[in-house]
Amino acid sequence: MTELLKEYLPIVVFLGIAIGVAGLLTLASFVLARQKPDSEKLSAYECGFEAFGDSRGQFDVRFYLVSILFIIFDLEVAFLFPWAITLKETSEFGFWSMVTFLGVLTVGFIYEWKKGALEWE
Amino acid sequence: MVLQALAFYVFAAVAVAAGIMVVTARNPVHSVLFLILAFFNAAGLFVLMGAEFLAMILIIVYVGAVAVLFLFVVMMLDIDFVELRQGFVKYLPVGGLIGIVLLVELFVVVGGWVSLPATKSAIAEPVREGVSNTAALGRLLYTKYVYLFQAAGLILFVAMIGAIVLTLRHREGVKRQKIAQQLKRTRAESVQLVKVKPGEGV
Repeated sequence: MTELLKEYLPIVVFLGIAIGVAGLLTLASFVLARQKPDSEKLSAYECGFEAFGDSRGQFDVRFYLVSILFIIFDLEVAFLFPWAITLKETSEFGFWSMVTFLGVLTVGFIYEWKKGALEWE
Repeated sequence: MVLQALAFYVFAAVAVAAGIMVVTARNPVHSVLFLILAFFNAAGLFVLMGAEFLAMILIIVYVGAVAVLFLFVVMMLDIDFVELRQGFVKYLPVGGLIGIVLLVELFVVVGGWVSLPATKSAIAEPVREGVSNTAALGRLLYTKYVYLFQAAGLILFVAMIGAIVLTLRHREGVKRQKIAQQLKRTRAESVQLVKVKPGEGV
């Protein structure tokens, strides 16, 4: 267990340095830089115009469709990793179980392609 | 060992704090960002338990995809912050009920773990030395739990079809490329030769 966690020590060190440097720079800009606060510096800026409209405009539902399809294939790929490294032990049965799984999702993929869900306009 | 305990407390504390911020943040976009922080800390806790594969999947799937989906949903809704604050009392009974159910479930889980001897055997054995976390999962998932695995595939399939059926709208009047029809065109049906007399228009 501790062997496994030792492998993560570089990441912890990296994280510590990153947080330290980021915090130091933020702090330094507070301490060292000249402060001249102005409300205009914080106001919204839109290419020289006054901002017209809210930044939280409504979004097309098609973005949602694209991202949900992405999640589904993301999960499909996540299932492939343990399968790929244990194929020797699970042998033929494991192979065909994955082929069935992929086959079901391929049917969905063909449906999605034929429906035109992958096209934008 | 001390470092391990320290890491656990840091991850757990930040996860709980981020969870509280998800519920209390005024801006829904900030809520989603705190949710991402909570996911990262949960991944850290998984690594501390030795579940490396789950930790990485949590980051790839939840942070990389589900959080983005939540952001889309937050942006797709036309959120009026004043209206969002209203109706708190109206939804309080339902929300409170769900909260109480979850609390009772937590107590049942912890109580069973402490008091019942049968649960001791159900708690997962540690992975044997020399077998990586991902390999241990792969040995079980595709053979012993094959029906659950196929059920997962079917659920993904239903999700795919459902998302398409619910959200796919083709706009009218959009010109698309139709390769088969474009190639089927012949000269006879698309080109016409018109004799034009001199001095007159077509």
